[in-house]
Amino acid sequence: MHHVTLDRWSRGASPLHRRDPRVKIAAVLVFLLVLATAHRELAWLGAALFAVLCAAARLARLPLSGALARAGVVLPFTAVFAAVSWLAGDPARGAALVMKSYLSALAVLLLVSTTPLPVLLRGFEMTGAPRFLLMVAQFLYRYLFVISEEAQHMRKAALARGATVGSLAGNAARFRAAAGALAVLFARSYARAGEIHRAMLARGFPGYFHPLSELHFHTSDMIFLAIATVTPVALRILIERVA
Amino acid sequence: MHIPDGFLSTPVWATLDTAAAPAVAYAVRQAQRGFDDAKVPLLGVMGAFVFAAQMINFPVGIGTSGHLVGGALLACTLGPAAACVVMSAILAIQALVFQDGGILALGANVINMAIVGVLAGYLPYRLWGRSRARRAAIFAGGALSVAVSALLALAELLISGVRMPASVLGVSLVLFLVSALIEGAITMAVIGALEAIQPNFVRQPSGGGRYALVAAGLAAVLLAAGGVVFASTAPDGIEQLARQTGISAHARTLLSTPFKDYQASWLGAGWPAQAAAGLLGLALVGGVCVLIGRKR
Amino acid sequence: MSPLILVRGLRYQYEDGTVALNGVDFRLEAGETVALLGANGSGKTTFALHLNGLLSGQGTVEVCGLPVTPENVVEIRRKIGLVFQDSESQLFMPTVLEDVAFGPLNHGLHPHQAAERAMAALAQVGMAAAAGKAPYHLSAGEKKRVAIAGILAVDPDILVLDEPTTFLDPPGQRALAQLLSALPQAKILITHDMHFARALCSRAAFFRNGSIAAEGSVEQMAQRYEWDFQAPRGA
Repeated sequence: MHHVTLDRWSRGASPLHRRDPRVKIAAVLVFLLVLATAHRELAWLGAALFAVLCAAARLARLPLSGALARAGVVLPFTAVFAAVSWLAGDPARGAALVMKSYLSALAVLLLVSTTPLPVLLRGFEMTGAPRFLLMVAQFLYRYLFVISEEAQHMRKAALARGATVGSLAGNAARFRAAAGALAVLFARSYARAGEIHRAMLARGFPGYFHPLSELHFHTSDMIFLAIATVTPVALRILIERVA
Repeated sequence: MHIPDGFLSTPVWATLDTAAAPAVAYAVRQAQRGFDDAKVPLLGVMGAFVFAAQMINFPVGIGTSGHLVGGALLACTLGPAAACVVMSAILAIQALVFQDGGILALGANVINMAIVGVLAGYLPYRLWGRSRARRAAIFAGGALSVAVSALLALAELLISGVRMPASVLGVSLVLFLVSALIEGAITMAVIGALEAIQPNFVRQPSGGGRYALVAAGLAAVLLAAGGVVFASTAPDGIEQLARQTGISAHARTLLSTPFKDYQASWLGAGWPAQAAAGLLGLALVGGVCVLIGRKR
Repeated sequence: MSPLILVRGLRYQYEDGTVALNGVDFRLEAGETVALLGANGSGKTTFALHLNGLLSGQGTVEVCGLPVTPENVVEIRRKIGLVFQDSESQLFMPTVLEDVAFGPLNHGLHPHQAAERAMAALAQVGMAAAAGKAPYHLSAGEKKRVAIAGILAVDPDILVLDEPTTFLDPPGQRALAQLLSALPQAKILITHDMHFARALCSRAAFFRNGSIAAEGSVEQMAQRYEWDFQAPRGA
């Protein structure tokens, strides 16, 4: 499973893993901006930025082919639009779509693969995202697999009970059964939320969360920030000037 | 429809990121409603529920199945503000962990699916949830939430210059319609099953009169989006239809009857710019409407 | 010496009018381990939720001499720790350390001190090595230990555990019993597991229809209410 693998990768140890999440976020944002606003010499720029990301993946001690493959999750969607563009007589645009969306996905994948998600969410506070929203995302991630497993169990149980014949009546019955399963899952999830809240109160929850650790910048973070933000910008200027 | 990075032009994604921030902040304030962080576990867990729910297949025909998107369901059970926050969290996790949807494009996806989509999903329920047409209202909500999100996404792509000849457009619209109907059916079925378990889960529609204004804003956005979609057809396409439809440029109008108002040069390069201006102007007016409504 | 818990005439009704507790009297002395036995729905868990103010009904509930009121509830929730049946809902933070530190942070400790307390509590239950792990990856037995560490981290006087052996395999049950018997705090164990109750509890209270029908030793309650599982013998 995609998120299970990335979760495992994010708990690795490397110079990139050790960087403050905020500088990594800033680096990725600059990268995405450089990519998104580029319109000239896209082939050269794409190649250069791809090399940068591969270097980053190596530095993070991630399996390179695995990372490159997983970033391809964006390709099916993009390929459709690229094909349409090509057929409409604008292959350059199609190629640009593929290149930009893939490199963007790879950059985000590297970010998430070098930073445990709860730490990453803390880092996003600097972008002004409301803490409430980030905490909701944190809890969502915490219980994502738990509830997905419950859903899997229900799905198997429903399959065991459902008709295998694809008749219309069978379809309607299975539709209703699926709706019932979702309703039960909803009720269970709601009840679990109540249990969690009860457990929080029982342990003295005062109405807001106290963070356990504060994020601190170190010199190595500032050095990384300087290198990581300057590199894509410099590459683009260089390429656009030389071409 | 999660838009990846690299598809939207810079003015489009930048504008939508700028629009999404205050919208989400407002939804967060409304969802918290003075309870600080107490609602965090509920919203987080229900977000995980929606994620998990998307795995459950609903058979809709020979060999095909659909699945729940969830905006309307969340709105009818947790309320529209909480639903906006949950969907935003879901989109953020999808973008980060699953690379489903871009980061620069996150604002666009949030506006499409977590804000406008959720509000459109709640609107019919808010208006007719207490009447005898209740089940139809829930169905309409589910269908509208998906239809509006998809149309907005399509409009944004077209404005950004993504190529889409009439045939592809036609197929897309048909797919959106089917998805919308499926969402309506699933939402209606699940809420029905929920009420059998515990009627309290589905909340009674309430809220201030500001919904009329938001409804106007939404209808206008929908018109503009729909209009942009129709008007951007390529020459080798549905010219007949193109001749008979136009775009309502007035945000105050709630009528969806098309005018016979078209320009000979509409196929020219000026159109994307015009459409962008129209859409952005609408967003401004809509924003003002919401602000006015909020002051009550 | 005054009892750690003193309950007199506790009554509680649900919103729909169902009577959940029908006049409960209960005492807990320091160092005791008491079992709460009884059928599902007889009021055991509802009773436990009154001890730290999660529910409030009519009657007297005093914990460590303090009446359970909104003013005292924060301090009471430090003195009495509830370990719920489903550890998955109890370990809600992203990592084990953050979860165990949740209690200390809420009771005013600095993050640094809270982390130290959390590590000490984890060491006490033998889970120090799991500090950086996500709770989802732990086994049921490990989750239970971490949940207990989360309670121990605030230095309570009383532990209440609701059906602690659910989800545990026999080695897990043994390990839990060993851990609990080594802890000095007074304990209330809500349980259906009679072996567990016999091993740890000096006393048992039997709940029926919202009140305590009888008290005595675990063995006495088992015999009086035929509360032991006897496999049907084949012919």
